[in-house]
Amino acid sequence: MATIHIDNRPYPVKDGENLLQQCLSLGLNLPYFCWHPALGSVGACRQCAIKQFKNEEDKHGKIVMACMTPATDGARISIEDPEAREFRTSIIEWLMVNHPHDCPVCDEGGECHLQDMTVMTGHTYRRYRGRKRTFHNQNLGPLVNHEMNRCIQCYRCTRFYRDYAGGRDFDALVLRNQVYFGRHQDGTLESEFSGNLVEVCPTGVFTDKSLKQHYTRKWDFQTAPSVCVHCGLGCNTIPGERYGTLRRIHNRFNGAVNGYFLCDRGRYGYDFVNSEQRIQRPALRKDRSAPLQSISKGEAIQFLAGLVANGTRTIGIGSPRASIEANFALRTLVGPERFYAGVSEQDGRLLASMLDILGQGPARSPSLHEVELADAVLVLGEDVTNTAPLLALTLRQSIRRQPQKIAEKMHIPHWNDHAVRAAVQQERGPLFVAAIAATRLDDVATEMFRGVPDDLARLGFAVAHALDSRAPPVPDLPDTIRTLADTIAKALKAAERPLVVSGMGCASAAVLEAAASVAWALCNTGHPAELCFAVPECNSLGAAMIGGATLELAFETVLGTAAYTGIAADTVIILENDLYHRADAAAVDQFLAAARNVVVIDHISHATSAGADMVLPAGTFAETDGTLVNNEGRAQRFFQVFVPQGDIQESWRWAQDLITAAGVDKDDPWLNLDQVTAACAASIPGLQPILRAAPTADFRIDGQKVPRQPHRYSGRTAMLANIDVHEPEPPEDPDAPLSFSMEGYPNHPPPALNPRFWAPGWNSVQALNKFQDEVGGALTGGDPGVRLIEPLPAGKVEYFTNIPSAFERRAGEWLVVPLRHIFGTEELSALAPALAELAAKPYLALNPGDAAELGLAAGDDSQLQLKRNSGQKYRLPVRLEPGLQRGSAGIPVGLLPLAGIVVPAWGKVTRMGKETPS
Amino acid sequence: METPLTRNIAPGKTPPNLAQYEKAGGYAALRKALRMAPGEVMAAVKEANLRGRGGAGFPTAQKWSFVPMGDDAPHPKYLICNADEMEPGTFKDRLLLEGDPHQLIEGMIVSAYAIQADVSYIFLRWAYKLAAQRLEQAIAEAYRQGYLGRNIADSAYSLELHLHVSAGRYMCGEETALLNALEGKRANPRAKPPYPQVSGLWGKPTVVDNVETLCCVPHIVNHGAAWFRSLSRCSDGGTKLYGVSGRVNKPGLWELPMGTPIREILEEHAGGMRDGYKFRGLLPGGASTDFMVTDHLDVAMDFDSMQAAGSRLGTGTMIILDDKTCPVGMLHNLEHFFAQESCGWCTPCWSGLSWVEQILKGLEDGKGQVSDLERLQSHARLLGPGHTFCALAPGAAEPLQSGLKYFGDDFDRHIREKRCPWR
Repeated sequence: MATIHIDNRPYPVKDGENLLQQCLSLGLNLPYFCWHPALGSVGACRQCAIKQFKNEEDKHGKIVMACMTPATDGARISIEDPEAREFRTSIIEWLMVNHPHDCPVCDEGGECHLQDMTVMTGHTYRRYRGRKRTFHNQNLGPLVNHEMNRCIQCYRCTRFYRDYAGGRDFDALVLRNQVYFGRHQDGTLESEFSGNLVEVCPTGVFTDKSLKQHYTRKWDFQTAPSVCVHCGLGCNTIPGERYGTLRRIHNRFNGAVNGYFLCDRGRYGYDFVNSEQRIQRPALRKDRSAPLQSISKGEAIQFLAGLVANGTRTIGIGSPRASIEANFALRTLVGPERFYAGVSEQDGRLLASMLDILGQGPARSPSLHEVELADAVLVLGEDVTNTAPLLALTLRQSIRRQPQKIAEKMHIPHWNDHAVRAAVQQERGPLFVAAIAATRLDDVATEMFRGVPDDLARLGFAVAHALDSRAPPVPDLPDTIRTLADTIAKALKAAERPLVVSGMGCASAAVLEAAASVAWALCNTGHPAELCFAVPECNSLGAAMIGGATLELAFETVLGTAAYTGIAADTVIILENDLYHRADAAAVDQFLAAARNVVVIDHISHATSAGADMVLPAGTFAETDGTLVNNEGRAQRFFQVFVPQGDIQESWRWAQDLITAAGVDKDDPWLNLDQVTAACAASIPGLQPILRAAPTADFRIDGQKVPRQPHRYSGRTAMLANIDVHEPEPPEDPDAPLSFSMEGYPNHPPPALNPRFWAPGWNSVQALNKFQDEVGGALTGGDPGVRLIEPLPAGKVEYFTNIPSAFERRAGEWLVVPLRHIFGTEELSALAPALAELAAKPYLALNPGDAAELGLAAGDDSQLQLKRNSGQKYRLPVRLEPGLQRGSAGIPVGLLPLAGIVVPAWGKVTRMGKETPS
Repeated sequence: METPLTRNIAPGKTPPNLAQYEKAGGYAALRKALRMAPGEVMAAVKEANLRGRGGAGFPTAQKWSFVPMGDDAPHPKYLICNADEMEPGTFKDRLLLEGDPHQLIEGMIVSAYAIQADVSYIFLRWAYKLAAQRLEQAIAEAYRQGYLGRNIADSAYSLELHLHVSAGRYMCGEETALLNALEGKRANPRAKPPYPQVSGLWGKPTVVDNVETLCCVPHIVNHGAAWFRSLSRCSDGGTKLYGVSGRVNKPGLWELPMGTPIREILEEHAGGMRDGYKFRGLLPGGASTDFMVTDHLDVAMDFDSMQAAGSRLGTGTMIILDDKTCPVGMLHNLEHFFAQESCGWCTPCWSGLSWVEQILKGLEDGKGQVSDLERLQSHARLLGPGHTFCALAPGAAEPLQSGLKYFGDDFDRHIREKRCPWR
């Protein structure tokens, strides 16, 4: 620590950090534009000018940029100095020379950093008489709107897009006051993180195009703290609602998880909540040939209670995209022995294996923030950009750790961004990417390896053996792979914080075990390593912790083909799950046909609900509360944003209603979420800590709840005046310490309950500064979430010995392997119109050599027939993928026409004539 | 009077080839330097009081001394010749580049040896086509002769030299923007510290020196520091190329002792003002130096004297303002140049200069208002050193603030008469 004097008052500061960050951390208001806590200092905008004095006697001082000046003990600075104030005001005046002052029609208006800083500096009167410079805007695709006339040339956009996120198709072009931030021509931004431009831009150049479809000002949003449901990372979000529709997602900073950024799937996937495919009311079909017809909630419960109580044999199928509480409630309704996990048998095995590896082994699962701090990384088998996008963004930062030392040697402070980058140049820390095909991290990879899952696993096992000779050797290992394994082992061993990343992307247990072996071999040889697994869904790990028998066993139980389990069933309650994504379509058809009663509780209709006898409308993440466990094993609470229309209610409430109506033997009924959470924590091993994920519903500050509506929420007396001139009572919320109103505690709530970042004078997202102890650091009060899984550091685990043999091509057969895509492959976000536009299309990927042998060229139609999956045939256009191993073929899994296919699997590929029907 | 820099140069004469250059004593300094320790070369340059001729006048040996030396020093180290001569009114480096390319190459090798550089670049203004051609030829000759490449003149020292022709922006003359340009990036300047000597080209130790500076070095090595100092009329060592453009009788460029007074250059060498034109003022060293007026004519053209007189020596090539030229128009022309050449990085420069240019154009077009003068005054102050990211805008502010000071009446007339009185 050091002491500096700001306007003649002493303050404790962090030695060597920049003065801007320190001043902001002290709570002082110093305006800025180009500086960003995650992007560092570059000194471009000159807005944070202050006076620095040599010593106490120096009365003259000189203007310096706070962002570019390190805090040193005894430094004397002034923010209030008239000359510094005048200069800061001039900066705004210069920016306003060209800024169009179109705030009333600008989407940024009301949450604009430029507005805030203009007010802060006091520039009010326009003296410039000339014309403003104007630009043509570009169509940057369905996600980001472009309005260049508003640009203040702070360079944050290119610094985020290019320097931070590694994008290549966007840049600063031209000079002087004509600098143009865009692409070389119109076109969809290529980066999976493009939506962050919306929050990074301090004004309205880049705005949320999806919000434009149903625009609302920040002050009119009803918001609540939430967690993203579109992958397994659990990024924290702030969804905003108005007039019963969900209108946007903003980042909710969590220093341990997502930090300042989200991926585009997470930011734009929300529109499924407004989808026409939503299930709005209970529906029942009289018999299998009749259509589903709406019924009342009472009728539905009565009917179902009859089924459950009348001695029918009911089983429940849970879901990894439903909350802990929803899964637990269904499990309670049907009984633990009649509860089945809502994932494929293969996924279930992989998830169980992960839980074992993380809980029984010595390697710890890192938070996303800790991933960023890793200084040598092996990615084994996971295409992270497409399966856990933000993980890819953090890995991009991890490669800067080792080169950082070059800059340190030159005494360049870490925050001096361009100086660090100039010193470091192309130096990158070790990042090895072993994957089935090309990945979006290859451009920064030290070395790459391509292979089918078994060969990827063999590489991993070889690395483990190179690290620790007690780990089993890999038989028949080619020299090239041995050399690569040695190189990887050496880099990991030399690192201070080595990290192994893997996941379910390869759908291979061997890959997971190989990744674990590498991490354990490091731990066992004195190099504490972290092990990060990507999981596909928002509650994959949480649902896995609740457990349940396999989906296949559920099928067999209903079909009566199961080996004796003591359970017979003819009624199935399916929770928030489209089984056609989990298993082969023919098997699901058969299962649904065999069950006498199929009940689906879900918020969107899909193939499974279409085949159900009864559907019950559930709330989405935005209409319910609950707990999700992310890939780290961090339990996080999401809170209801708004009250849904009609009969939509929480899945756990449907379960409770049925329990009550059917008279299932249970203690007192659950009256609110906390009671479900508590019951779950008490009965499921390992879930005890979820109670601490957020304060309970009875939590009050000064006797008050936290308001979901901001202090400037408008129109509440008018919104429903066409129906009733009396302002309605705000809905009660028994489940959360948040209110559906403006009334409540006006100051900062605990971070887990914070529905927005907003502070006096700070209306933009940068109000976040006021919610952190140190700007850029953890949230005041601690980053939300509680870890459920900790390693056993002293645990002596046996290495896995089941090493697969090397891949061998088969004549006339192809090993079909999974390829991953960020858009279109996740069930919910695929329903968001903006992302649907970007969704991948079905294809069959072949190595060009294999394609040539088959007489196939790119774009030709091919037929894929899998040996499993009842021999189902798929007609797919061919895509050439040079990285793909000869003898294997890739398909984009998760896309609807290909959903439910279990790969890796062997299949036949044939050429299709142009006229042949599929 | 000795003129070491231009001894091989005469109007219309083709430059000496390698043989002719050697015959005139060329590359002797290189051979001598290679027998000296690098530190001894540096010491000689230090003792010679050689100050950078690019405009800032920073002591050359001191600049070199920040380069990490010894076995632990990072490599490769770079020496870069800044030949991106784009300062308005300045054409001194062009003479040296076109007239005696081997002198520059020899100067670069000796300087590179002093800092133990491994690779050197000449960063050349795009428009200097003839210079490019002659340099390429000379570099090839030097390679053939073993003065460049591995084991120069059979010594243990090796150096590569490349010619890089700039894409052509004023900004590239700023040494750190030059480094970015050379790396293929936008020619935006870099923050200092770190200085290029520590983290320069490709993040490695780098020295960037001006053409004229580097050309002095062989002569210092050949004839010694005392001799070099004796060439000068002030405490800074050496001669200086002084140039004059404008309505004088003999516009041109002359190698004269450092510290030659303005009046002597103007009257003796440039032949005084042309008939019918009266002297009103001058920019002493390019567009980014303060105006000087009649009162300043006896000031010696050296770094310290010029500074004391409220201007800067800059490149030492003056532009004369006469009484038939509108000072506001001249300033408008200059500020148009600076606004156009702003790289667009920092707000005061990209926005402020454009505003200044527009105000000046308004005055010229008869649309000026009294408040415009306040705006110009405040810009002259607010664009000053330390406020902006690099020296471009402060350079642009120098003629602006001194122009307002010395030609205030002319500004007033533009506003009063609602027109440019010279049109």
